[in-house]
Amino acid sequence: MIAPPSTTRPPEVVPVPGAKGPLQGGSRLADRTFRGLCLASGLLVLVVLGLILVSTSNEAMPAFRQEGLRFLTSSTWDPAGGHFGALAFIYGTLVVSAVALVIAVPVSIGLALFISELAPARLRTPVVYLIDLLAAIPSVVYGLWGILVFGPEIAKLYERASSAFDGIPLLGTVVHGSSQKSFMTAGIILAVMITPIVTSISREVFNTVPRDQKEAALGLGATRFEMIRGAVLPYSRTGLVGAVMLGLGRAMGETIAVALVIGSAPAIRAQLFEPGDAMAAVVANQFGEATGTHRAALIGLGVVLFLMTVIVNLVARRVTSRADRRLAGGKR
Amino acid sequence: MTPGGPGVSPGSTAPDTVFDPRTPDDGRHLSRRRLVNTAFTGLVFASVVVAAIPLIAIMFYVLKKGGGVISVDFLTKDIPILTRSVGPGMGPAIVGTLLITGTATLMAVPLGILAAVYLNEYGKKNRLATVIRTMSDVMTGVPSIVMGLFIYTVWVLRFGLSGFAGALALACLMLPIVIRSTEEILRLVPDGLREASLALGASRARTIMTVVLPAAISGITSGALLAVARAAGETAPLLFTIGAARKVNQHVFSGANTALSTQIFRNAQQSFAGAQDRAWGAALTLIVLVVLLTVMARVVTKRFAVPLR
Repeated sequence: MIAPPSTTRPPEVVPVPGAKGPLQGGSRLADRTFRGLCLASGLLVLVVLGLILVSTSNEAMPAFRQEGLRFLTSSTWDPAGGHFGALAFIYGTLVVSAVALVIAVPVSIGLALFISELAPARLRTPVVYLIDLLAAIPSVVYGLWGILVFGPEIAKLYERASSAFDGIPLLGTVVHGSSQKSFMTAGIILAVMITPIVTSISREVFNTVPRDQKEAALGLGATRFEMIRGAVLPYSRTGLVGAVMLGLGRAMGETIAVALVIGSAPAIRAQLFEPGDAMAAVVANQFGEATGTHRAALIGLGVVLFLMTVIVNLVARRVTSRADRRLAGGKR
Repeated sequence: MTPGGPGVSPGSTAPDTVFDPRTPDDGRHLSRRRLVNTAFTGLVFASVVVAAIPLIAIMFYVLKKGGGVISVDFLTKDIPILTRSVGPGMGPAIVGTLLITGTATLMAVPLGILAAVYLNEYGKKNRLATVIRTMSDVMTGVPSIVMGLFIYTVWVLRFGLSGFAGALALACLMLPIVIRSTEEILRLVPDGLREASLALGASRARTIMTVVLPAAISGITSGALLAVARAAGETAPLLFTIGAARKVNQHVFSGANTALSTQIFRNAQQSFAGAQDRAWGAALTLIVLVVLLTVMARVVTKRFAVPLR
């Protein structure tokens, strides 16, 4: 890749008085070039992020200009009629992510506690492998399983729950429907997909709890549960918030699995067992046959999604870094 | 709440959780605390089971349905013209996945390592390095479909669909992952090594190339392999960048290509049994590929990571 610094001095490099040694003087140019290369690669990150925003917003302009603020506030998405309001998709993204978090967060925290506090040594490694494997399965395979196996199975359960809760005011509305492809199906699949990341960050957070505090709690006669509740959880609260937010960012951006199992119906409805649609999913499903303003509107959805995930991630990083700093201070 | 403060916060006064020496710890009280503890332990174990169920179910179905489809023909033959036709194969998709992921790796891994070198060896804690570090973390969270749209707008609109366009999108996804994992490994390289090299008169660049990077190579490799594994399974960035070829296209830079992941996505939506079978077969092939890379990453770290610790 990069040539090792040459020992023959290039003619244009004049030895500077006060150079520290003969070898340093000889490789100064190579040294600087290497540094420049590294810096350029680092700057590439900023360039790419900037370019993403500029070039996608640029392509989305026709749709933004035509719809204005209605792009975010209208729920009419009618490619044939030329109306593009993304509200239903934003709603879908939020609902599906919320369902995923409600399921994934308790399980992930349980897994993290299991690995860092409770697991017998010989069970720890298999569980870490289990989480690695969950993370390694590609999104599209989750989707394939969801659409062909899980959806048809869970729909039977939906039907039963739906009739059980029928007539109860709020619950009867939310727990309603029997569609194989629905908000709920997408939310459950997403929950499985974000469990690895929430678990691994929660684990990191739990690992920062000082050992003497845990031992002090146990030494005072606390049970494991009391030790976790009294020493581990209060200490890691901020970090856990960060873990949840990173999970949220992942859930909002997850595309393919959701595209396969959400049902592609641009509707704002409270019924969790009925089909809906989400931002990333609609882009994946419609982009192929979209032209003109429709295509611009889909790119616009990408812009909105990009901004939403960037904000969520920035806030999450800030929360966790503040937690880090506090923990670093607390460690003495 | 006072985080990090004395164990139990004064707000929670439930008698079963606070050990208060003034109340006599009679047998009933203790057994209740034990019960709560047992119930809690049960819940934690249950969460492991809950997480294991989908993994086992997915693996079971992929092995069962995909295993029956895989054959030499499946792995080598062209993709049939009609989605409803029954039978193999997925050859072009396998070639496409390897080609596109390989090209992306060639771009993302060297650049990612150089960027990490900048962050850890030159920038350290200065403002620019901090900004790049934060932004690279943010970039990890950018949805893969947005990367696809991005490459569509800057590359595909000008130069058309090609394997390379897909590779660019994958490289954008891999870059921050490689930066992150490499920087973490570089941080573990003891400063003594750097100082020894510099004291012998070696330049910064030579120190990095001949001392720091070789010391960290196993960790860097395993991080890179994990990034490759993640990229190989990605679908969304390829949907509008590589097109859909039915025959093997070894040319990265020209012509439509195809990949296992996009083939699974398209075939999964079909109601024909033949298409669904091909999707399962492709899923098994893809999982084997990804798991191989992940296991390789683990072996590489295990086997070569010793000198650093």
